[in-house]
This record gives sequence, C-alpha cells and structure tokens, in this order.
Amino acid sequence: MSGRVLVGVKRVIDYAVKIRVKPDHTGVVTDGVKHSMNPFCEIAVEEAVKLKEKKLIKEVVAVSCGPQQSQETIRTALAMGADRGIHVEVSGKDYESLGPLQVSKILAALAKSEEAQLVILGKQAIDDDCNQTGQMTAALLDWPQGTFASEVSLEEGKVKVVREIDGGLETIRINTPAVLTADLRLNTPRYATLPNIMKAKKKKITNVKPADLGVDLTSRLEVLSVDEPPQRQAGIKVETVEDLVSKLKEVGKV
Amino acid sequence: MKTERNTAVCTSEPRTNVKEKYSHGGTFVSDMANPLKGEVIRLYKNLLYLGREYPKGAAYFRERLKSAFMKNKDVSDPEKIRQLVAKGDHVIKELEALYFLRKYRAMKKRYYEPEQ
Repeated sequence: MSGRVLVGVKRVIDYAVKIRVKPDHTGVVTDGVKHSMNPFCEIAVEEAVKLKEKKLIKEVVAVSCGPQQSQETIRTALAMGADRGIHVEVSGKDYESLGPLQVSKILAALAKSEEAQLVILGKQAIDDDCNQTGQMTAALLDWPQGTFASEVSLEEGKVKVVREIDGGLETIRINTPAVLTADLRLNTPRYATLPNIMKAKKKKITNVKPADLGVDLTSRLEVLSVDEPPQRQAGIKVETVEDLVSKLKEVGKV
Repeated sequence: MKTERNTAVCTSEPRTNVKEKYSHGGTFVSDMANPLKGEVIRLYKNLLYLGREYPKGAAYFRERLKSAFMKNKDVSDPEKIRQLVAKGDHVIKELEALYFLRKYRAMKKRYYEPEQ
C-alpha cells in the first residue's frame, strides 16, 4: 500500500458570517465575504495528519477544487501538517455549477493517479449541506466507505470505523483502499498558527485542470432560485378575549 | 538558542558592565535583550494573526493587543520579559481553545439534535 492519504478540503463562507441572499436571488453574496476551510474538512485534515504522526501512513495530500483563492485553503491544510497540495483549477461558470458529482469524479481520478490508500473528506460542506461527495467518490471508485466517522483505526489492509448514526454508534470494518467522511466528534483540529503557515510556504502545490484528469464538469442541476427563510411575523397584542377571537377569525384560523 | 549564546558572552564580561547596561532602564536594546526582542516581536505577530478571528472584531483585538504590549515597553529585566512572553503564549493557547469551542458549539447546534 502506498501509505498515501488524499484529503479533500473545500473553501466555504466562514461559519460565523451572516449570510445574505443576492438581490437577484441567484445565490448568496460571496464578494468580499470572509471565507475559510469547511469545519468538517478541518476535521478530515486533522485525522489524516494524526495518522501520519502515528506513522500509520506516509503522506498526506490536500486537494481543493475551485478558483485561485482555493489555494489559501490548501495552504491552511499544509499548515496543519499536510505534505503537499493539489489545486484543481475550476473557475467562472464551471465553479458556479460545481457540485458533489463533479468533485467526486475529480477526487476519484486523483485517488487512482495518486494511488491513495485512503480518501478522507468532511461529511458535508456547511454551504450546500449536500453530504454526497464522499459517498459518490466511493461509488465511482468502487471502494468501501466509512461515513460519519467518529473514530478511525487503521489495521492491516483494513480500517475499523465507528459511525455516528441516528440510533447511536455503528462499528464497521472495511477493506482499504476506502473513502471516509469525518463527523464532528472524530477529533479536535489543530489551529493553523502563523509560524506553521510560514513553514508551509515551502510545501508544494501542483496545479491541475479537470480536463487533464478526463473529467467532464457538466452539471445536471440548475439552480432556480435562492431565498431567505420566511421572516418570523411579529406577534400582535390584543386587549380582550373578543379581540383575540375576531383576530383569529380574520386570519382564518377559526 | 540565541539567548544561550549571548548569556555566554555576557558572563565572560566583568560584572560591572552588565549592571551598567541595566541601570539605564532599558531604553535601548542591549545585547542580552536582543534575542528576547525577537521573541517579543514573534509573539506580537502571532497574536495579531490570531486576532483576525476574534469575535469582537480584528480592530478591537489589535487595539487591546497594542496597548497591552505598550504598557510593558520599558521592561528590561530579561527574566520579567520571558515571563511576559510566556504569559502571551498562554493567551495564544486560550484563544485557540476559544475559537475551537465557538466553532464546535455552532456546528453541534446546527447539525445535531439537542441531547434530551
């Protein structure tokens, strides 16, 4: 086994930012808005780096698909301990329609060319909440998957995964190579401090185009509209019971 | 490591010279304080970088950071400086913990059922 782990990291709007819908309802305002690595991707990177520190795997490769700015996200992964990065350049209209299907095709191609032993992803992105990329990548590679992982243990040719499911916890043992997706309680991601960011500047990021990987980025989805959740209506105060009943009749509740 | 090298140089000098340096109140950077100057600047840069994510805003953090450092600008005793730098490193740990907890709690609230 190559001992190489591929970690997918996504650049998303920072979790603490208050999202605003664009006036034309085609999407969300991203210009000038603070972006950072998807929190579940941070957990994925941490798990991969931990495996390397335990000497269970040899190399951690961070991958991100997107425009130039995605390189910042890869740099954060490198600062956390990844060895090198791969930036798959996707911009403009292609980036707007980039979704789990396209990303999983890219990751599957890279997993094969890099001869990865494991592909670790966050369970979902906090912007689209798809929760599909890991599963699709495993299907495209015909590899087993350990999703919603809250505990991962590497064994000879296998990996034991404790999964967080509705009923509680499920423990499975799957063969490697495999795809894992990280859940919240898998680990505590380390902070990418300034000295680590500086050291990471020496690490290499290779640029790749989707076409080089033979991937077709055509999307089968079309976003019709993006709207805010309905505003909570203010309550109305009434003086008497009669007022209350007449108001309820007005609204059609009685 | 730099500190050790300079300490070796200083102890080879007559004691009186060392006392004279510190009688000036540390308004200039002596050979002994130089490596510590690097430490202090490193600490300031690291804290400033961390401050970008501060909940009350990066500007608020930067103001507080600058005034906290300026308050101690005349400290010359290297032992005191080391203590202050250690205190600063502790603040870094506290900030990292704060940021992690904030993020963890936000994710837990958004994605998981409240524990009954």
